[in-house]
Amino acid sequence: MANSAVEMPARLTQARSERTAWQKLKVSPNWLGFWYMVPAMGILILFLAYPLGLGVWLSFTDTKIGRDGVFVGLENYEWLAEDSVFWTSVFNTLLYTTVASAAKFVIGLYLALLLNKHLPFKAMIRALVLIPFIVPTVLSAIAFWWIYDAQFSIISWSLRQLGWIDHNINFLGDVWNARWSTIFANVWRGVPFIAITLLAGLQTVSPSLYEAATLDGATPWQRFRHITYPLLTPIIAVVMTFSVLFTFTDFQLIWALTRGGPVNATHLMATLSYQRAIIAGQLGEGAAISTAMIPFLLAAIGIAWYGLQTRKWQQGGSND
Amino acid sequence: MTSIDAGQDSAGRQAIAGSNATPDHSEGMGYLETLPRRVVTTYIPLILILIVLLFPFYWMALTAVKPDHQLIEMDKVSPFWTWEPTFKHIHKLLFESDYPRWLWNTMFIATCATFISLVASVLAAYAIVRLRFKGAVTVGALIFLAYLVPPSILFIPLATVIYKVGLFDTPLALILVYPTILIPFSTWLLMGYFKTIPYELEECALIDGATRAQILIKIILPLAVPGLISAFIFSFTLCWNEFIYALTFLSSTQNKTVPVAIVNEFVDGDIYRWGSLMAGALAGSLPLVILYAFFVEHYVSAMTGAVKE
Repeated sequence: MANSAVEMPARLTQARSERTAWQKLKVSPNWLGFWYMVPAMGILILFLAYPLGLGVWLSFTDTKIGRDGVFVGLENYEWLAEDSVFWTSVFNTLLYTTVASAAKFVIGLYLALLLNKHLPFKAMIRALVLIPFIVPTVLSAIAFWWIYDAQFSIISWSLRQLGWIDHNINFLGDVWNARWSTIFANVWRGVPFIAITLLAGLQTVSPSLYEAATLDGATPWQRFRHITYPLLTPIIAVVMTFSVLFTFTDFQLIWALTRGGPVNATHLMATLSYQRAIIAGQLGEGAAISTAMIPFLLAAIGIAWYGLQTRKWQQGGSND
Repeated sequence: MTSIDAGQDSAGRQAIAGSNATPDHSEGMGYLETLPRRVVTTYIPLILILIVLLFPFYWMALTAVKPDHQLIEMDKVSPFWTWEPTFKHIHKLLFESDYPRWLWNTMFIATCATFISLVASVLAAYAIVRLRFKGAVTVGALIFLAYLVPPSILFIPLATVIYKVGLFDTPLALILVYPTILIPFSTWLLMGYFKTIPYELEECALIDGATRAQILIKIILPLAVPGLISAFIFSFTLCWNEFIYALTFLSSTQNKTVPVAIVNEFVDGDIYRWGSLMAGALAGSLPLVILYAFFVEHYVSAMTGAVKE
């Protein structure tokens, strides 16, 4: 297929020496580059770019499972704007993302700083820390489901033995308890990733910088604030962008723990769109909820990018 | 990856490389801290965090081997240990459920999807880094952007596509869709590895008359083996982990992957379900943890490599 496609134009323009033209093309980086990109770009365009566009289009139609829809304009969005469950899910998503990301960042950075110290069995500790990240989220979520059980929760049991509470905590049955419980599980899952990536950044910071700062009389906080933090900022920006994006679009954890309950109190936008589109069959409405997530995602990416640019500018010309 | 523009040196790499320019062998100032101080500021917080991070797995494993009656009689025996472990739940999982079938599905889908993604990523990364065709930088940035598109906003339109092309409820649906998650990640990881391979090697081969394909297979790939292993096992883990596509595109019990099957097939009203549920979760995690134990360094370099680049 490659041969015929290439030889056609070659024959038209340079009938006399088509072999040399073909050979030229064979080493031409543009042409070769194109062929090397075909598999990756093919898959990404077919199963990523096209569905992304299709999703936006579906959100303007009244498609249902098993029935093609017609264009209905903004009807789905108008419908959602009056839907209190949708607004609850937006609130939950924002709460979940903000609280969990902030907690993940603080604990992750703290853990990275701890792991960066001189420790016995350092490699083993680092390997253990990453385990929550390796185990499939749904399966660890099931373990949390059992830990949060209303009757036989080990946390309730331990606190009861300690005499701190009189009766079991209803972790997933109460509105706010359920929110905090899911946020905790998300933080638990996300901390290892942040800690290990930040640790990799910390390891490239030369210890002599700290030594010099200490000789100049810098306190530990000043060393962190003026050496560690500035050198780590670019990695922090990238890691946190990823963390925020994946927390914002989280689905598995909520689905395995609460399925959005109790009374929609933990529905995120992703779980609500699954509920509406796949379970209830309202593909158009579900697509509208998904599409409503896009502006938030763009904002998160924009902020991270803007932060990096500012950083670059602050550090002056030495960067380029 | 800090900067979308692959052509410019990103702020991140510069900042890190800047401090790392000269190899530094100083030991740091750890020796200035006294032991009691280290215990309070380092060891105790570290141990507490480790306990919280690992407890759910301990609890999962313990529940999987606990006899049923101990699960609910927490006041008679201490729930933190059991002296009469039972393999009833694990036996039930392995021999009375479709678990082996689900495990096979998961491995098959993960292996195929990873393999497809690696081939596509190697070609793409090599083209972007070394062929430097017109628009290579833009294409690199686009692939990075693809990394930021989450499955949660794609599963609805993809479900309609999958249904229309008749792939619904087949493993092929997932094999074709998973590369959209894996290719952006692997391409960026491999680009980083390819950049470290000296140009001179390629120039020598070109002068000797090697074609680009020969260079890629005989020179670049053998030198990038650590990168390939990292990309492979990390992609494999991502496939195993994936949930929302598998939940949406597969419907019959025997076609499911492990995570979806455990969530959907084991949840019934039985109060004693926890034993088999935890056995399922344990059995679904163990293969990955074992793989991880052998390749810890590759995992870490995959995670940090893709982020630092």
